[in-house]
Amino acid sequence: MSDVKKFMYINRKAPYGTIYAWEALEVVLIGAAFEQDVSLAFMDDGVFQLVKGQDTTELGIKNFSPTYSALGDYDVNKIYVEKESLEARGLTLDDLMPLKYEDEDDDWAEKDSIRVVTAAEMAEILEQQDVVLSF
Amino acid sequence: MKFGIQVNEGPYTHEASVSALNFVKAALDAGHEIFRVFFYHDGVNNGTRLTTPPQDDINIVQSWSELAEKHNIDLVVCVAAAQRRGIVDEGEQERNGKDANNIAPGFRISGLGQLIEAGIQCDRLVVFGD
Repeated sequence: MSDVKKFMYINRKAPYGTIYAWEALEVVLIGAAFEQDVSLAFMDDGVFQLVKGQDTTELGIKNFSPTYSALGDYDVNKIYVEKESLEARGLTLDDLMPLKYEDEDDDWAEKDSIRVVTAAEMAEILEQQDVVLSF
Repeated sequence: MKFGIQVNEGPYTHEASVSALNFVKAALDAGHEIFRVFFYHDGVNNGTRLTTPPQDDINIVQSWSELAEKHNIDLVVCVAAAQRRGIVDEGEQERNGKDANNIAPGFRISGLGQLIEAGIQCDRLVVFGD
């Protein structure tokens, strides 16, 4: 068996209100050091985690959303967002943070990490994974 | 088959912990191996020996401790999640200058790398939570 497995982190919950989103991101950041093949999925209220312009000052809790922008530096650049979940919440790709990474196989060209996929496509992506962590 | 288990919810409030406990027992009965149980989010609250449920209720923490002793299972509480929620072993007590510790027998506190390692090493990682 290969030492590299396909890890998928599924994010289903809103960024604030509960700690799941933030602690899930902490797992992703630690897990990045293990040099596995990592993907992230955002669906249901989890799509709100990637909305740009988050401001938590009125909540009095930490705004951790800038951390998502660092994922590209951790070689975490496969970020799948479910189309149906976006549409059900009146969101489009333009409402999300423009997460980027530098492709070392393409002369370090800057590319988009986020890919909007349908629920059916998401099911196929999940089918290909070795390890699925659900948050 | 070699299983890794992740428990994301505390005892009593949520069924996840008891479901995981039952799953682990059933897997062992069927001859499978439990590589590790990793407690994350409020799941770390499964690891305090100060839990005192009513006598006519199941003692979930004690059930985990007994299972760990009987089958030599590795019960790991995430250190970052534990620090937030006040789950402390002797090492953490000393490191953070606390006046007590509360880790239950059979549990140990360690890092998130233990969860990733379980994902890498096991045939299946099963997550219990919402």
